[in-house]
Amino acid sequence: MILHDIAHCRAGDKGDTSILSLLPYRDEDFPLLVREVTAERVRAHLAGQLRGEVVRYVLPNLCALQFRCRHALDGGVTTSLALDTHGKGLSFRLLALPIGGL
Amino acid sequence: MRTTRIGSGAGFAGDRFEPAEVLVRQAGLADLVLECLAERTIALGQQRRLADPEAGYDPRLLARFRRLLPPAAEHGVRVLTNMGAANPLAAGRATAALLGELGLDRTVAVVTGDDVLDRIDPRTPALEDGVPLADHGELVSANAYLGADAITPALGADVVLTGRVADPSLFLAPLADRLGWDLADPHPAAAGTLVGHLLECAGQLTGGYFADPGRKEVPGLADLGFPFADVGADGSAVFGKPDGTGGVVSRATVREQLLYEISDPTAYLTPDVELDLREVTVRETGPDRVAVRGAIGRTRPRQLKVSVGYRAGFRAEAEISYEGPNARERAGLAGEIVTARLPVPPRVQLSTSDTESRLRVAALTPDRETAEVLCHEVEALYTNGPAGGGGVRTSTTEVIGIVSALLDRERIEPAVTTFRPVR
Repeated sequence: MILHDIAHCRAGDKGDTSILSLLPYRDEDFPLLVREVTAERVRAHLAGQLRGEVVRYVLPNLCALQFRCRHALDGGVTTSLALDTHGKGLSFRLLALPIGGL
Repeated sequence: MRTTRIGSGAGFAGDRFEPAEVLVRQAGLADLVLECLAERTIALGQQRRLADPEAGYDPRLLARFRRLLPPAAEHGVRVLTNMGAANPLAAGRATAALLGELGLDRTVAVVTGDDVLDRIDPRTPALEDGVPLADHGELVSANAYLGADAITPALGADVVLTGRVADPSLFLAPLADRLGWDLADPHPAAAGTLVGHLLECAGQLTGGYFADPGRKEVPGLADLGFPFADVGADGSAVFGKPDGTGGVVSRATVREQLLYEISDPTAYLTPDVELDLREVTVRETGPDRVAVRGAIGRTRPRQLKVSVGYRAGFRAEAEISYEGPNARERAGLAGEIVTARLPVPPRVQLSTSDTESRLRVAALTPDRETAEVLCHEVEALYTNGPAGGGGVRTSTTEVIGIVSALLDRERIEPAVTTFRPVR
């Protein structure tokens, strides 16, 4: 199983920081996300692109996780040489993360 | 309880025109907000203004207003937008002329004071890297994010134009005006900021940027409706979209947008308030109706963020394609050839499918000449590179970089200028 099977995600950008919100389709899957999708795993999974720290926020009221990923956007949207300067695609790269009984 | 309906007619400068008209004609709005000024857009506007003193506002302003202002006048909808960009006063003059041409007796108020290039110390360290602003490159712009209190004095007009203001402030100001809120009170400021944050990207709340076929279905994306909110004096809000339009407003679309671009959900800083989202609840109350409440506010920050634009050099990008057997290897060889001949190491990327490989070479160069050398080298692969290359595309653009700094709010002096229609 991969994250895409049970959750959705949106990427936002602020300067060189990518902000990834992760939301389960069903609230009952939220504890699984909290358990498995740690800041360390996100950082390892996106290691090709992330060069800075990852901070995770747990928002139980919203059944959501938020990841703040620093130095993820090749310097930021104005000077980045990437094709996807906003890092929009990171949201779906995160959804490729395998979870649940590896 | 007193309520007011506010709509969102554009979420970025390139947004569609029609959904705003639908909102104005059908939704019974008091206010419509068009958010058209991304972080770097104002620096590009400053560049255009340097070349032409009457330019620098949103290039689509008149086209958008030509379609929108007649129905807005007919339905008594106040319109607020940051399409003034780098030259709000010129935008005000152009809008007054348009109103005259259209025969509409409406007033335009322009909010200025965000341009602080003359008072920002170039030795100030940038927030991003601690390096002094001036060391990044020649400074071309410095625009402070103004808050709702700068917009309030303009609200007697029918059309309000601003340059750089915080996006949620464009919504908070008219909400406070309609609902009698005191902007110095963090509780309504937080509630209105939350509403503004959810609405500011327009279609991203109603199912735009959400669809994932087979998983997240969104009906009618070709005819996406834009959102409105019914906001109560107590700060509670119900979000929806006009009947008969495409898209969807659900707990899922609202929660995605709620966290979008929020780098710290415990303390989202705007000029108006420090917003804490941890107690927010999102509940579906009907088809395409979602209720949101629970914003927590703390006292607004003492300093305002300033977005500083600097000359960062030139971006060169060039691409070429190879097809069929061994395409990837030929494209890879092409990348090696270009890299060997360039004075700066470029970023080389291959996009490869079963049948095709496209090489992309890009670099940030200090001057236009070096950028053009990169483009020329890729073009020269036609007769000097591997077999079968085709479809070269090249581009060279000047890059205005953006960094941020903080400025004490006492140093910023917002002002309002009013224009009448000009015939």
